[in-house]
This record gives sequence, C-alpha cells and structure tokens, in this order.
Amino acid sequence: MSDLILKSAAELADSLAAGETTSVELTQVHLDRIAAVDGDVHAFLHIDAEGALSQAAASDARRANGDALHALDGVPIAVKDVLTTIGLPTTCGSKMLEGWVPPYDATVVKKIKDAGLPILGKTNMDEFAMGSSTEHSAYGPTRNPWKLDRIPGGSGGGSAAAVAAYEAPLALGTDTGGSIRQPGAVTGTVGVKPTYGSVSRYGLVALANSLDQVGPVTRTVLDSALLHELIGGHDPLDSTSTTTPVTGLVDAARAGATGDLKGLKVGVIKELAGEGWAPDVMRKFNESVDLLTKLGADVVEVSTPSFEHAMAAYYLILPAECSSNLAKFDAMRYGLRVTPDGSPSAEDVMKASRDAGFGDEVKRRIILGTYALSSGYYDAYYGQAQKIRTLIIEDFKEAFEQVDVLVSPTSPSTAFPLGAKLDDPLAMYMQDLATIPANLAGTPGISIPAGVSDVDGLPVGVQLLAPVLEDARLYRVGAALEGAIGPVLSIDKLEVAR
Amino acid sequence: MPEITRDEVAHLADLARIDLSDAELDHLAPQLQVILESVASIQGLAGDDVPATSHPLPMTNVFREDVVTPSLTPEQALSGAPSVEEQRFAVPRILGDEQ
Repeated sequence: MSDLILKSAAELADSLAAGETTSVELTQVHLDRIAAVDGDVHAFLHIDAEGALSQAAASDARRANGDALHALDGVPIAVKDVLTTIGLPTTCGSKMLEGWVPPYDATVVKKIKDAGLPILGKTNMDEFAMGSSTEHSAYGPTRNPWKLDRIPGGSGGGSAAAVAAYEAPLALGTDTGGSIRQPGAVTGTVGVKPTYGSVSRYGLVALANSLDQVGPVTRTVLDSALLHELIGGHDPLDSTSTTTPVTGLVDAARAGATGDLKGLKVGVIKELAGEGWAPDVMRKFNESVDLLTKLGADVVEVSTPSFEHAMAAYYLILPAECSSNLAKFDAMRYGLRVTPDGSPSAEDVMKASRDAGFGDEVKRRIILGTYALSSGYYDAYYGQAQKIRTLIIEDFKEAFEQVDVLVSPTSPSTAFPLGAKLDDPLAMYMQDLATIPANLAGTPGISIPAGVSDVDGLPVGVQLLAPVLEDARLYRVGAALEGAIGPVLSIDKLEVAR
Repeated sequence: MPEITRDEVAHLADLARIDLSDAELDHLAPQLQVILESVASIQGLAGDDVPATSHPLPMTNVFREDVVTPSLTPEQALSGAPSVEEQRFAVPRILGDEQ
C-alpha cells in the first residue's frame, strides 16, 4: 500500500504542483487500495479504472504543458451513483436502473471533469437515496470500514466509506435529510450540505426537489471547501439555482485553521439533546462545545421549539415529493421493463415493472406520499407539514438573530450493527433527527468528526449550522474545531487497515 | 388515531401503479400504520395564520430567450429505452379492449 493514499486532497494537490507525483500514480494507488479493500467495504457499485487512468494521463499532460490548472486537477474523486455520468452506469442503488448508462453528465460531474479530477467510480447508496444505512441498496450494503459489521450511514454510505477507507480522497454526495452529514458522522469523515440552490441539481436523480442538495465528502474541512467551491455556483440548467457566487470558502477554512474564534457566538440547540440521544455521543459533543469556548467563542443555549416536529413534517413532505418524482419510472422510456404474460396494457407493464424494480423502502415512501397527497388528507397532512416548515424557518431566523452558528450532535448514536433497524422504519428515520431541519429550511450544515465514543470506539460527529448563503461560517468554525479536536480518523483504527 | 387499512394500502398502490403482492401488502400495511401514527402528531399544530412553505428559498419563474441550444440526439435520447421502433419509444398498448 502506498502512503500517498493517506494524504488529504489539498496535500495531494500540493504534491502534484511540486512535481513529486503524477495524477496517474495517484489514481493508480487509489485503484490499488480499492482492489485491496472494496471486497470487504463495498463502497463502489462501478469502478472505472480505465476511464480514471485516461483522465489522469490527460491531467499529467496538461501539467507538463504548463496549462492553467484548477487546484484539484489530477486529484481523483468518487461520485455517488445518483449523479448522471456519460458512459458510466447510474443505478441509484436500484434494480429499476440496472445497467442504465445516461447520455448526459450532471452539472457537478461536468464541473469535476472540466477541472480534471479523474473519476474512480460510482458509490453505493440506499435505493434512490432513501435510507440511513445504505442497507436499502439493491446491490447489497456498504460496510463501515471502522468495523465491518456496522452500517456506514446513509443514504450516501458508499461515498463516506470510500473516503474513510482511503479508497478515495474526495467524493460527491447528496443530502436530502442528512445523507451526507450522518454518514460523515458515523465514518469519522467530513460532510457538507451546502445552502439549498447553491450547487446545481441538474443530473441529480431527484428524491425530493425542495430538499435535495449535492455536497462534498472528504477527510478534512479544507478539502470540503476546495470541492464545494468547485461544484458550487449558478447553473442555468437548474431553475432553483441561486445566482450568488459560491466563493470565500477556502479562505474561510484557512482563516479558521488559525484557531481563533474570538467574538463568535455559538448556539447549542436545546431540542437536539436528551431522550433518544446516546450518552457517549453527548459526552463527545459536550467536549466539542467546551473546545469552542476555549477557542474564544461565546457559547449559549438556544431554543428552536418547532424542531420537535421536523421529523414528522419531513416524513410527509419527502414521501409526497418522492411519490411524484418517482412516477417517471414507468418502464416506457428507460429503466426496467417487466412484461406480464398475455397481452398486457402499458398500465399492466408499469405496475409489474414498478413492483419488480423498487425495493421495500421506496414502496413504503411512494405509498405514504400518495396517501399524504390524496384528497381528504391533503390539508391534514401535507398542508400541515408545509406550515411546520414555515415555523422551522422562523425558528432558524430567530436563532440566527442571537448567534452566528448553531451546533448539535450530527447523529443520535454511533454506527449501529447492520440489520439492527432494517425492519423498523421509524427507528431508522430517527437517525436524521438533527440533520432534517437544515433541509427543510434550506440552510447549510457540516458534520466534522468530534472524536471516538468511549463505549464502542466508533466515531461521533458534531454538526454546525449557518444561515442561508453563509456557508463560509461553517468552514471557518469547522476548521478551527477540527484543529482543536485533532485527527480522529486514521488507517490503523480501521478494520480494513494497511 | 388515523388508520391505514390493508385495503387502503392496496388502493394507494394501485394509484401509484405498483402491483403489490399479498405478501407485500401484509408486510407493508402495518409498517405504514406505525409511520402514519408517528407523523399524525402534526395535525392541527399550526393554525390558519401560518403560511405554508413549499420551497425553502423564494422562487421566481426563470425565463430565457427562445433560442435553439445543443441537445441530445435521437439516438442518445433513445439509448436507454426498453424498446425502440422507427426512432420512437415503443410502448405496450395504452387502450383497454373496450376502448
């Protein structure tokens, strides 16, 4: 195993710039690591060694030629299988899209290709991004590299596990209710959900349009800032795309790394603690809060009473949007087509295909969403959920009048054993208690490793939340806290060690 | 307490065009009941004075000039189709016998 895989993306970029290594070498050592450990971890659904090496060779040629290069040119990356990629399968972890090869690139994929980041492959996920453990993938679960009998979080367990297992220095994820941040927390990695609309959703196979956001998955806060700036910005192909430039994140991370948070006001969210929160998680979280005080921040408790209802609102809004979104999988234009015996109508084919192509969790949510949107229930459920959404946005506004950033644990527990919550959907949904409010309000959030549990030795995440379009605050505070906490992830702590 | 019966789940599955088997109905109906009981807690929480939010950020219609831009070729657009005829998506019959 090459020690090159242990470096951060920023360090790899420096090594490339200094001529100490080549993109082909970097890409090859990561492909070697994938070959060595991914049989155990199963972070990847598709590996594109040939494509990645060819992109790497092109990067090396550009560098040799003296072309102007993006800072991350030549640094390899993994991409969640919910983002479309020309010539590479995009399955969304579903049998419905088995073997589908999209004819277009997602805007974020185009951006990383244009910047010269070789794509190692596509990462595993809960089917259509519905889940918190990656066990709902139709292609088998991803395993947590810290302990292979544990979940890696979800839905983006593949991206988080790939980065935690040193199979990739960077990955792209998507976060609809915590699918970047919760996997980050339970794998000891950094994950960011940007402000809604600040990163294009074009080519992201939609779960819930008003909640989905693409974001970075990395091992350091600075690496997330580098990737976030690269993928962010306006996209005319996404009508929900904001026009505010996404800049200043890398500068904020570098400023934060000096460790000075004097004058910063931090709010500890009162509602995200207590019953249902594991004591070992709370102990690590409280240590992080103490460190923020030591760094000079003024820490106070704030109350956001509507957060109590966030999960209920989310599990009406999300199924409603997803039942509508997934109607496009009708077996007519792409995807699985199952034709029953006899002389079936298009509707018979649709029904048979959707039964065969979708897994249990997807069916649960489509049916729940169909219920929530049906006449007679619409006002009582979906309508109420939309009003709760308003109250949550108001709670955020009031909180940010008092403080600059909010802080909470990312996830109520450390990684649980595979299978533990698979037949208890509600227990699985509870994993997202702390992450859901930011999706409902469109605010940005980051999860960084807070340390390891004194009970099971597994990583705990701390979440920072900032107002809409103030993503830079997350990087400043995140980098300062990361420096104070010190390294949490190391290859020697993993079950898939050297 | 709201109830979602097995028959109702079957009806909803029909509306959602999913051909659930009896075994799936037995499995999913009680789970949906538990989820529904949990989310039902929000009924009546917010009154008429609270506006509904459909989208986290203010949205306006986005317009552009009506000009031709590069797009997929017919071959690309049809590349994932289960069945193709004469440069079109080929689908099963869409009308019933009586229509």
